[in-house]
Amino acid sequence: MQLWEIKGILEAELLWEPVDLQLEIEMAEAADLMSDVLTQSIGGELLLTGLVNSHVIRTAEMVDIKAIVFVHDKRPDEKTIALAKLKGVPLLATRLFLFEACARLAMRGLTGSSGTIW
Amino acid sequence: MEERALEWDYEIEGKDFRNAGKVSSKIKEILKELGFEPDFVRGVAIASYEAEMNVVCHAQKGTLHFFILPEALRIVVKDRGPGIPDIDLAMQEGYSTASLEIREMGFGAGMGLPNMKKNTDELNIVSTVGEGTIVEMVIRPPRSREGVG
Repeated sequence: MQLWEIKGILEAELLWEPVDLQLEIEMAEAADLMSDVLTQSIGGELLLTGLVNSHVIRTAEMVDIKAIVFVHDKRPDEKTIALAKLKGVPLLATRLFLFEACARLAMRGLTGSSGTIW
Repeated sequence: MEERALEWDYEIEGKDFRNAGKVSSKIKEILKELGFEPDFVRGVAIASYEAEMNVVCHAQKGTLHFFILPEALRIVVKDRGPGIPDIDLAMQEGYSTASLEIREMGFGAGMGLPNMKKNTDELNIVSTVGEGTIVEMVIRPPRSREGVG
């Protein structure tokens, strides 16, 4: 699934531009605990989270997260957005809650690192 | 060709959450520029970041020494801080002494030391309560494809 499709499905907006909307996303994970992201990511995921501090960007950088979606209309501050831009990590923001955002993406075929939903 | 160790020294400030992660970011950039495999770079960055966050979260200040040796990478993190009274307990997944402030930032799940172990070949910890902790990590790159098999 490409980033433009994810943006449409989640009715999300980009927090910095320009980004490559044709970026290919093969899997996703959801977490508010960055410790979990650091232990469970295999690299290349889309991260959905309700946490909006700069450690989300740093953690994403370390584990090679491809893009981040902030849920529930939460927005990081300008410095955090600037850090993401510097590191080339696209940021999206959606009004959807975490569960709804994950459900929408899963229903359209995006899976987690196991490669399956069932 | 003459082989010599490459090394870098960095300072880490305790409680400086805004700059936390900068050192590990530099290490990751160095390894990427030197052409190490992405999965290997990722593992080193995770181990380094966990160690760096431990200093930021728990200590007053610390240093990170990063060595690229011919056979392995070595990261030594020394801090001045409270120390770890029971290292075996700290190595258990889920055990943490992190404050609420640290937990609200998405850390302090008690996974840091176990995750460092998972991403390194050797993890050595020496700690003195009331003085500080020294963490040494050794990570060996996968053998290059040439000459294998």
